[in-house]
Amino acid sequence: MIGNLPTVLAQGGVDWISFDIGRLVDQFWYNTVNGLAYGSIYSLVAVGYTLVYGVLKLINFAHSEVFIVGAFGAYFTFQFLGYESGGIAQAPLVETIVNLILALAVAMICSGLVALTLERVAYRPLRRKKAPRLVFLITAVGASFAIQQAIMLWRNPNPELAIQLIAPRPLFEVFGVSVTNIQLTVFLAALVLLLIADSFINRTRLGRGIRAVAQDPDTATLMGVNKERVIMLTFIIGGLLAGAAALFYIMQIPQGVVYNGGFLLGIKAFTAAVLGGIGNLRGALLGGFLLGVFENYGQSLLGGQWRDVVAFVVLIVILMFRPTGILGESLGKARV
Amino acid sequence: MTTTSGSTPEMRHHLDDPGTDQPGGLVGEVARMSAEERAEHEAEVADVVAPDRDIEVEVGETLLEMRDVTLSFGGLVALDSVSFSIRRGEILGLIGPNGAGKTTCFNAMTGVYRPSSGDVLLEGRPLGRLKKSQITRRGIARTFQNIRLFGEMTALENVVVGTDARHRTGVLGALLRLPRHHREEREGVERAMALLEFVGIADRAADKAKNLPYGYQRRLEIARALATEPKLLCLDEPAAGFNPAEKEELMGLIREIRDDGYTVLLIDHDMKLVMGVTDRLVVLEFGKKIADGRPAEVREDPSVIAAYLGVPDDDVA
Repeated sequence: MIGNLPTVLAQGGVDWISFDIGRLVDQFWYNTVNGLAYGSIYSLVAVGYTLVYGVLKLINFAHSEVFIVGAFGAYFTFQFLGYESGGIAQAPLVETIVNLILALAVAMICSGLVALTLERVAYRPLRRKKAPRLVFLITAVGASFAIQQAIMLWRNPNPELAIQLIAPRPLFEVFGVSVTNIQLTVFLAALVLLLIADSFINRTRLGRGIRAVAQDPDTATLMGVNKERVIMLTFIIGGLLAGAAALFYIMQIPQGVVYNGGFLLGIKAFTAAVLGGIGNLRGALLGGFLLGVFENYGQSLLGGQWRDVVAFVVLIVILMFRPTGILGESLGKARV
Repeated sequence: MTTTSGSTPEMRHHLDDPGTDQPGGLVGEVARMSAEERAEHEAEVADVVAPDRDIEVEVGETLLEMRDVTLSFGGLVALDSVSFSIRRGEILGLIGPNGAGKTTCFNAMTGVYRPSSGDVLLEGRPLGRLKKSQITRRGIARTFQNIRLFGEMTALENVVVGTDARHRTGVLGALLRLPRHHREEREGVERAMALLEFVGIADRAADKAKNLPYGYQRRLEIARALATEPKLLCLDEPAAGFNPAEKEELMGLIREIRDDGYTVLLIDHDMKLVMGVTDRLVVLEFGKKIADGRPAEVREDPSVIAAYLGVPDDDVA
């Protein structure tokens, strides 16, 4: 290809697709920074998909609503704390940090509770009745719509007016790209949470229980692992992390929370989980960051309207070469 | 991992990352010990393997009782009013031709299946509707005819899962890293490591279970079952696929386990193994008990000879 020479396929005067390698190169580091900040949200949400899949072999489509309820939780915490809708707050730093931590706690608790309730109300009765796996899947889709529509009826279909606690402000530069205070906070906070989750899964008794159930539920119970508790735990962990992701999400995007705001993000986080190898925790982390970065690269290369398409094309291409995802072995096993 | 001089067989060890291939820590330390230190270390291992060895007082008492247990699947009667008991401190063999109901017996004891009628009593208390995990905590552990390890976990982790059955730290404790969580984690790893040494596969502690040789996997299953601190250890064809030398070693191991205070229930096809190691035998055929007694007696029993060896009835008579 010829660098710096945009190939434009025009359609009725509007750029349908551009192929601008120059722009990709120019914006490479900008996109990397941006992509990592965004990818950390995907990673956090993807963990919820991957853990539940690992234990129940269920794609919990209602996880996107677990996420959005957390976003509303954080939003209403901001309102409750007296922040004005539609503006950028100018509170002193310490107060802002305290309020952010409060909102984080509320968001995590909200999402955790929704995830736990979902498990109790929707999935556990099905497990008791030994329902086939497809029934779980349809229930998940149904629960997703039910929660989404309930929020819409409560709040109406328009997005809430955004509240920004922190104005984005460049902190420092890497490779000539400025990193904002929000990006850095989100990235670091997400990383810390992901590391905690990883060490919980890999280094504690309960985490071992989760892994044992994921590999062989029957044997695990015969070794004294309480399967019902393990299932509950995976939903709670997934919910807590989705709640944290929800706060980071509303900190980062300028538009306000909306009832169906979880849908596309949820699908992408699920994509990230599959990309990394579903059932594999570290795969979900890796997949989230990769997806965040790739969709930004794709946006530069092909034009902003292709952003969402790129995410899924990346998935399809990777799965063609590695059907189990990048780090995945579990999925291949699960199919046997 | 620490690589100190190895003068103290200190059981300082952390769970290796799932990806780690090198056995470090304890394994390395043991390898560097002198003979004297090794003997001392072995005594320590034995203590950890069998914490409740002083049960001689109760030897001979009934530990588990199958009372008129019937189990049917639709029209098929897999167990037909089977009654026998297992006494504390013995090695009981459960034998019979294929499809006689041996594994079904195991499944009824461990809660995989619930008896259609009759009771399984452990220490006089019926298992009733207890969950599988609860039965394990009550003190029955098992291995599987077809090996069922957690293949993606290391050998050590597999055993630690078993020790976890005895741990008490909750979610909060684990998240907040309370002292008890740390202590239990450390104890679990120490005990698991000692068990791996006991069954003789400590050198591969850090390998993923799926990468272990077949004989190691069988031994790992035994270590994992012992980790749950069972009163009764059920071994489902532990010698399947072993050559005679390996079978001999396994018999030694089973005796050692019994000598350490455990009660063992053993299913196997190999008559030499079963006759050689068990104290008592129960013979099943078509879901019914046809004999129960000392190996020498059972071996002479005509109905057993007919059933088990497939000798036509007229030859027996």
